[in-house]
Order: sequence, then C-alpha cells, then structure tokens
Amino acid sequence: MAEAVRFHFDVDGNNFTMAGQASVEVKKSLRQLGISPETIRRVSVAMYEGEINMVIHAGGGTADVLVYENFIEIILADEGPGISNLELAMQEGFSTAPDNVRSLGFGAGMGLPNMKRYTDSMDIETALGKGTKITMRVNF
Amino acid sequence: MKLNEIKEILAAEVVCGDELLDREVTSAFACDMMSDVLAFAKADSVLLTGLVNPQTIRTALMLDMHAVVFVRSKRLTEEVVALAKESGIVVLSTDCRMFDTCGKLYAKGLKGSGEGDG
Repeated sequence: MAEAVRFHFDVDGNNFTMAGQASVEVKKSLRQLGISPETIRRVSVAMYEGEINMVIHAGGGTADVLVYENFIEIILADEGPGISNLELAMQEGFSTAPDNVRSLGFGAGMGLPNMKRYTDSMDIETALGKGTKITMRVNF
Repeated sequence: MKLNEIKEILAAEVVCGDELLDREVTSAFACDMMSDVLAFAKADSVLLTGLVNPQTIRTALMLDMHAVVFVRSKRLTEEVVALAKESGIVVLSTDCRMFDTCGKLYAKGLKGSGEGDG
C-alpha cells in the first residue's frame, strides 16, 4: 500500500463557534488532491458530525484524515466520558446533548447515524471515563 | 431554479455572493436543525433556515449546497458573512417567515430534496 497523505488537527473543545473548522480545511485539501466531489462530500459530512460531537460531548480531541490510493480513513479520538450505550447512540433521534446545543442546531440525535450513513465502514471503540475513538472509511 | 429568481421571489437582500446569482439550484431544504440538514439535504441545493451561526454556513459547505436563505429578517454577524464569502456560499436574507418562504418557492416550481430521485 502506498504511503498515505495525512492531515492532523487538534479540535478545541471549548469553542463551539470554531467547531467544524478542521472539516472545512480537510475539504479544501481533498479538493487540491483532486478527489471526486461526491467522495469529498461524504468524507466532510462524516468528519464534520464527528467534530461537532467531540466538541459537544468530549471537550475536544484529535482528528486525523489519511488519504490512501482508493480509500480515505478518518480517525477521531477524544478523552471524553465515553458512550455508555452504543446501541441507543446509533438510533436516529436519540440524543444526550444538552438543550443549549439544540439551540445551536445540533443535538437532534443524528450525529452517529449520519456518520454511518455517509461512510463505508465505521468502527467505534469507547470506554467509560476514558474516551472514544471512531475510525471511518470512505472508499472511492 | 436560479438564485437570482429566488432573490426576486422572496424580495431578498443579497448579503454576499452577488456575482454567483446565476447559479442553478436543483432542490431546497428548510430546517433549523443542522443535523437533519446533514442527513437529508442534497448537493447543488439551497438551505432555508432561521438559524444564524457559523455552523449554518459550514453545514451548507460540507454538503456542497450553493446558497443559504435566512428567513425572518435574521441579522448576520460579520464573522458569519466572512465565512460565507470565503466558502463561496451565496447568502440571502428575506423578511418572509419560513412557511411563506417555502410556499412561495414551491409555487414557482422549486422542489424539496425528497422529491424525484430522493
């Protein structure tokens, strides 16, 4: 496998206004690499939801995007509270986000389902009190 | 439908993207909940919303939407306008409320994202 092109971002957990900026940067970079618009759209929506989640629930974290020859991997890692019931969290409409987040346009319980919807695979490792690592892949 | 036509129908003010008004949108999505927009909106579409924050613009950008129409005369911060300009997203602002905005555009032939092949 050829060496991947890698992008790394630190996601600030205390600044909702800036949340999603890493995804904006990734979108720009993938355009410069000549990736197809539909692939970029899928990667950016999935990463954006994940980034918002990290800010809402986990106090921030890191985002890594690796571009391989025929797929893109997005790795989101945080040291937040972990997800206590993954099955519930994957249900559309289920949310534990506080009310103030809803007034900002998120917390509809669509984050994780959207991430799954837009990617070809999604793997979640989570431990209560330790954090969550989500690895998503978009093939092209 | 061209953005220019949307501007006329809604008597909307062009906040930014004047030079991009000849862009064509194929559908519209109306919502204040960005996660639902991310789930259902299509590319090359227009977002109708009353939610004013940078996330509205980023959501439109992620989905390759062409424009955002802010309803109910919402005022935008400079920060939001700057982000839209940088992102190449056309921003319109109308006095119309959400239901009226949707009705006026639908009556002129603009469809929702769930119609056709959706």
